[in-house]
Amino acid sequence: MSELQTELRQEHQPLLEVTDLRTHFRTERGLVRAVDGVSLTLERGKCLGIVGESGSGKTVLSRSLMGLLPSSNTVTSGSVKFEGKEILGLPSKQMRRLWGREMSMVFQNPMTSLNPLMKIGQQIAEPLNLHLDMSRADARATAERLLRDVRIPEAARRLDQYPHELSGGMRQRAMIAIALACGPTLLFADEPTTALDVTVQAQILQLIGEQRRDRNMSVVLVTHDLGVVAGHTDEIAVMYGGKLVEKAPTSVLFAHMKMPYTMSLMRSIPKLEDPSHTRLATIPGRPPDLVHPPKGCRFAPRCAYARDKCLTEEPPLRQAEDPNHSYACWYPVGSPEFNQREAELNNGAVPVTLEAR
Amino acid sequence: MSTEAPTTSEAAAPAPGEAAIKKTLGIGFWICIGWLLVMVFVAVFATRLPIPDPKFNFIKPGQAGPSKGPSAAHWFGTDKDARDVFARTMYGARVSLTVGFIAIAFGMFVGGTLGILAGFFRGWIDRIFSFMFLVLLSFPSLVLAIMLTALLDRKLFTISMILGVLAVAPVGRLARATTMQYADREFVIAARSLGAKNKRIIVRELLPNVAIPMSALALLGMAVAIVAEGGLAFLGLSVERSITWGGMIQLGSDSSKTLQNQPWIAFFPIGVLFLTVFALNFAGDRVRTYFDVKEISL
Repeated sequence: MSELQTELRQEHQPLLEVTDLRTHFRTERGLVRAVDGVSLTLERGKCLGIVGESGSGKTVLSRSLMGLLPSSNTVTSGSVKFEGKEILGLPSKQMRRLWGREMSMVFQNPMTSLNPLMKIGQQIAEPLNLHLDMSRADARATAERLLRDVRIPEAARRLDQYPHELSGGMRQRAMIAIALACGPTLLFADEPTTALDVTVQAQILQLIGEQRRDRNMSVVLVTHDLGVVAGHTDEIAVMYGGKLVEKAPTSVLFAHMKMPYTMSLMRSIPKLEDPSHTRLATIPGRPPDLVHPPKGCRFAPRCAYARDKCLTEEPPLRQAEDPNHSYACWYPVGSPEFNQREAELNNGAVPVTLEAR
Repeated sequence: MSTEAPTTSEAAAPAPGEAAIKKTLGIGFWICIGWLLVMVFVAVFATRLPIPDPKFNFIKPGQAGPSKGPSAAHWFGTDKDARDVFARTMYGARVSLTVGFIAIAFGMFVGGTLGILAGFFRGWIDRIFSFMFLVLLSFPSLVLAIMLTALLDRKLFTISMILGVLAVAPVGRLARATTMQYADREFVIAARSLGAKNKRIIVRELLPNVAIPMSALALLGMAVAIVAEGGLAFLGLSVERSITWGGMIQLGSDSSKTLQNQPWIAFFPIGVLFLTVFALNFAGDRVRTYFDVKEISL
């Protein structure tokens, strides 16, 4: 395994390579374009953050990558290469070889992602004897070690407890232990901290980071919170209306964000240094209808900096000064048009959204 | 252990509400279960218990009128053929409980399997099975039962299976709905994302969760089956040549005069039937509420 890994690293083949992925759902209302032409790559051992509001397609993206969507009403196209092999559209029979062993997922809500009627130990042992053919005693010992790895106190006792006997944070730790059980090379974490309270959030993110470094594992961290991804990712992809609107290494993104949407997300994080009773900036309006998406830039109807061109022409993904930084915007942050509008907004000369204009 | 021990608030096991109110099934549940156990015991060991022969005519030369009210010798009195009503009621439990049990066991097995498969795979499997349930439900069940008893024989097993077939649709619909509800839960997707096969997901993840509401329905369904058997027996269409509660009730109420003058003949089997069905319903209800509450806390 380690030989293979070094070999792969030498070849500089990304672990995950996604090209023009589209996931559409057939519904009674029409075709929902939940993911609409997303391309990205993920190197081994790196952490990619996927950020966006609810309804921006980030959960569907992560489930499409893993092949976990129901097949009946889903249409996917494009390409998803895992270790150089095409995995998009593989039948579950073949995906099963990857699931658990090569890629696994931590879900948003630890209250519902564990089977309420199965003991924690059994739930961790399940993938172990499924994939690694471990004996019951070995699986139990491994389960205990895994629980200790994810810093659950009294691991031996927890093995025989049911999920309802654990707190939310503990359950999410157990869930992580289950996902890590067979040593996957790629972990999807779908809003892993959203259902947890703030103090526990940091611990869980730290834990995922530790495990990633220890196991040289890649992580896709899906979240709506830019603050969450800031300290824990190498690269960030911002999604809006099923499309990638900005993608950059974390430090570059925070230093030179181009897309007004990214900036709005950034401004909607409460800051400690703000005086108390500061009004939190919000993004007016709602995410676009994915059955009938807006014609031009999908964010334009909610964008304070949008002009006529934004409503009619869709901006392509362009490269910024940094070669790893790309964005989709006609008038990005820092452009003359942007600065002019920013000045007008500060004077109160124009209303904030195009819809109101 | 670990250097970074998590805070105590995170490690605390039960939620405060859970600790304060301990969920119990209640004393009523256990009384009902006790009654049912007594009935099962009587039914199983009827021949070995010191009760009179249910088919013997307790009639002596020179006595007037065969039917007598309750007495020390005959606790529930005797019927028009001077047979012991108490003994007959006890023996009647055999047929009623057997029919109730076999019917619901068959309904659970067939209906449960079809319902879980329909709920899990959806698509055309669901369409076929749901249509089957619909057809079964649209048939007036008593008419169907009467028709089948007329066509087939009237052995214990046949009667049980007829009532079992009638139980398939309601059981199947519940199993289907419950399966659908659980199949979308994240833990099922999580199991899939770890590489579990469909069979494993159904048996290990879904079945235990679906079994809980099903167990409540099993008790309620058994009550319905017993009542249905009583109805058939009352119409003279239940198991031939055996003692059944329905048959005894029919014997005791064949005319308003019998019901007025010798009420014990019908009353005692009615009472025992009532208590048994009540106990099943009550216990079933308690089981249902007990597990409903638990589900909310999860």
